[in-house]
Amino acid sequence: MKKFIQTDGRHRRLEGWPLLFTIITTASILVGGLVEFIPLVLVKSNVPVISTVTPFSPLELTGRDLYIREGCNNCHSQMVRPFRDELERYGEYSKPGETIYERPFLWGSKRTGPDLARVGGKYPDLWHVRHMQDPRSTTPASIMPPYAWLLENELDLSDIETKLDRLQMLGTPYSDADIAGAAEAARAQAAAIAQRVAADGGPAGLENREIVALVAFLQRLGRDIRAASNP
Amino acid sequence: MDTTQPAVATHRGPSPLEVFRYDDQIVRMFVLATAIWAAVGMLVGVIIALQIPFWQANLGPYLSFGRLRPLHTNAVVFAFAGNGIFAAIYYSTQRLTKARMFNDLMSRIHFWGWQIIIVSAAITLPLGITTSKEYAELEWPIDIAIALVWIVFAVNFFGTLRNRREKHMYVALWFYIATIITVAMLHVGNSLAIPVSLFKSYPIYAGVQDALVQWWYGHNAVAFFLTTPFLGLMYYFLPKAAERPVFSYRLSIVHFWSLVFLYIWAGPHHLNYTALPEWATSLGMVFSVMLWMPSWGGMINGLFTLRGAWHKLRDSVVLKMFVIAITFYGMSTFEGPMLSVKTVNALSHYTDWTIGHVHAGALGWNGFMTFGLIYWLLPRLWRTPLWSDRLANAHFWVGTIGMLLYVISMYTAGVTQGLMWRAFDETGRLAYPDFMETVVQIIPMYWVRVVGGTLYLTGVLMMGYNMYRTIRLAPKDLPDPAYAVPAQS
Repeated sequence: MKKFIQTDGRHRRLEGWPLLFTIITTASILVGGLVEFIPLVLVKSNVPVISTVTPFSPLELTGRDLYIREGCNNCHSQMVRPFRDELERYGEYSKPGETIYERPFLWGSKRTGPDLARVGGKYPDLWHVRHMQDPRSTTPASIMPPYAWLLENELDLSDIETKLDRLQMLGTPYSDADIAGAAEAARAQAAAIAQRVAADGGPAGLENREIVALVAFLQRLGRDIRAASNP
Repeated sequence: MDTTQPAVATHRGPSPLEVFRYDDQIVRMFVLATAIWAAVGMLVGVIIALQIPFWQANLGPYLSFGRLRPLHTNAVVFAFAGNGIFAAIYYSTQRLTKARMFNDLMSRIHFWGWQIIIVSAAITLPLGITTSKEYAELEWPIDIAIALVWIVFAVNFFGTLRNRREKHMYVALWFYIATIITVAMLHVGNSLAIPVSLFKSYPIYAGVQDALVQWWYGHNAVAFFLTTPFLGLMYYFLPKAAERPVFSYRLSIVHFWSLVFLYIWAGPHHLNYTALPEWATSLGMVFSVMLWMPSWGGMINGLFTLRGAWHKLRDSVVLKMFVIAITFYGMSTFEGPMLSVKTVNALSHYTDWTIGHVHAGALGWNGFMTFGLIYWLLPRLWRTPLWSDRLANAHFWVGTIGMLLYVISMYTAGVTQGLMWRAFDETGRLAYPDFMETVVQIIPMYWVRVVGGTLYLTGVLMMGYNMYRTIRLAPKDLPDPAYAVPAQS
C-alpha cells in the first residue's frame, strides 16, 4: 500500500498513463452494478411467480400511460412496505411478482398523497371521476391539483396495437388476437365504465374521454394480489 | 497566467519556447449558460414549491406539478449544475494539461448540443412527454442526442489528455475521467427502451429489474454528475482560491478509488423494504454506510487545504462559498449513509426528509460550489474586477439563510409526517387513519420552504445582476490567453 500511494510510488506512474487509468476506473465502476443486476435476472427465485398476475388490458395500459403523462408518480407511490401501519392503512404489502408487466415500474419515491398500490376497488368509478375533476369535492382538505382536462380530452387509442405489439416483443404474454382486438376491447371496457359512472349519477358520455382509461387503470391496482389470496 | 503575453517564467534552459492559447471563450459560454439556467431551474423550483400548499398555482395541464417537477429536477441538475461542471472542466483541464482543448468545433458542438437538449426537455416535459423514471424522464430521441453529445465531450476531453504537455494527471482530472465514463454507462444502461412512437417508449426492463436499474442510475447520477465532477473542481479551484496546496496527496488517492468503487453499489438503498429482494437492499445499505468514509476523505482534503488560510475567508466570497459548500457536502454524505440504514429509512422514506436531504446536497454543495466557481472565474475570464463585492456577500448570506429555511422545514415536515403515519393509539388502531390529517399538519412547513426557496433564488438573481454589471465593464476584446512551455523534443 505504502509503495502505491507515496509521492513517487506506483500511483504516481499511473497518473502518467491516462488510458490505463481510464481502464482501471471503468473496471471499478462496473463491478457493483453487475454483481447486483446479474443475479436478479438469472436467479428465478428472486421474483416468485404469482399466477393471478396478468398483463394490463388495453384500456388499463392506456390509463397507465396517462398516469405517467400527468406525473402522478411524483406524489403517489405504488409500493406498500411490510410494516404494520402500512398493512393497516393500505392493505397487503407489495410482492416482486406483482410488477412483472410494469414497464416502467411506478413504485414512486414520495408520498405527498397516499400510496395507490391497493386503491383498485376501494372507491366507485364515479368517485375517481369527481376526484380528478375537483379533488376538493371528494376530499375537502386535499392539496391535489385538479385534472379536469381528463374529462374533456378525447381518448386516443390510435397506437394501442403498436403498444401491445412492442410489449409482446419484450415478453408480455399478449396473443396476436389480443393485439388485433386491442382497440375494440378498450372501447368495450371504456363503455362499461362510462355506463357505471352515468348510472351512479355522474356525467354521461365519458366513454371516449381520457378519464375512463385512467379510472380503469386505478381500479386495476391491487386486484391481482387480492385474487391470489381469495381464489 | 492570464496575460496575453507568454509567461517567461516557465522558460528553463536553452530549449525553444512553444506558445499555445487556451480556449476561454468556451468557458465564458458555459458560465453564462450556468447562470441563465440557474435562474430558470430554480424559478420552476419555487413555482412547484408553491403548488404544494397552494393548489390554485397549478395552471392547467402544461403547468401542473406532475409535469413541472421533472422539469425542475432536469433543469437544475443537467442545465445548471451540468453547464457549471462543463465550465469548470473546460477551464481547468486546459490548464492542468497545459494544452488547448482538443478540438474547438467539438467544444462548440458540446455546448450548443447540450443547450438544445435542455430546451427540448423544457418543451417536452410540460407536454407530458416523459418516461417517468426520475432524472431520466426524457424520451428516447433526446436520450440518443444526450449520448451523442456526451461522446463528443468525451473525445474532446480525452483528446486533450492525449495532447497534454504535463506528464502526470492531477487529481481533478481523475475525477473528470470517472465522471465521463460512468455517466455514459449509466445513461445508456438506464435508457434502453423500445420506441412505440416518436414520443413514447417502453423500457426493456420490467418491474423489479427496472426499479434496480433505475436506482443504479438515479443514485449514481448523484454520484457521478453531482459529486465526482464537483470534487474535481474543488481540487482545482479551492487550492487556487486559497493559494495553498491540497492537504494530502495520499488521501486523494485513497478516497478517489474507494469512492468510485463503492458508490455504484449503493443504489438499492432507494428501494429498502420494497419488493426488491432483501439481499440487494442489504448490499446497498452496507455499501452506503461504507461510502461515508471516502466521502469525508474528500471533505477533509478540502477543508484542511485551508489550514493556515482561514483568515482569507474574511475577504474572499469565493472561499466563503466553497467552505459552506464543502461543509454541506460533509453533512449530506453523513446523512445519506444514515438514511440508507433500514431502520432510519423506514421512517424517512416517502417523506419530505428525502427532499430536505437532496436539497442540502444540491443547494449547499452543488449550488454554492458553482457560485464560488463563477465568482472566481468572472474577473479572470472577463479581465475585470467583480462589479460589487458587497452584492456577492449579500448573495452568500441570502442564499445561506434560504437554504437553511429550506432544509430545516423539510426535515421537520418529513419527521412529523413519518411519525404520524406509523402512530397507533392505545387501542391498537392507526392514530391518523385519514391520510389528509398528516398532510394538513405539515402545510405550514411547505410555506416555509416557499420562503426559503425564494430567498435562494433571490441570491441567484443577485449573482446574475452582478455578472451583468461586471461583463458590461469588461474590455470588448478578450483574446485567448497565451502560454509558453519549452518545446518538446
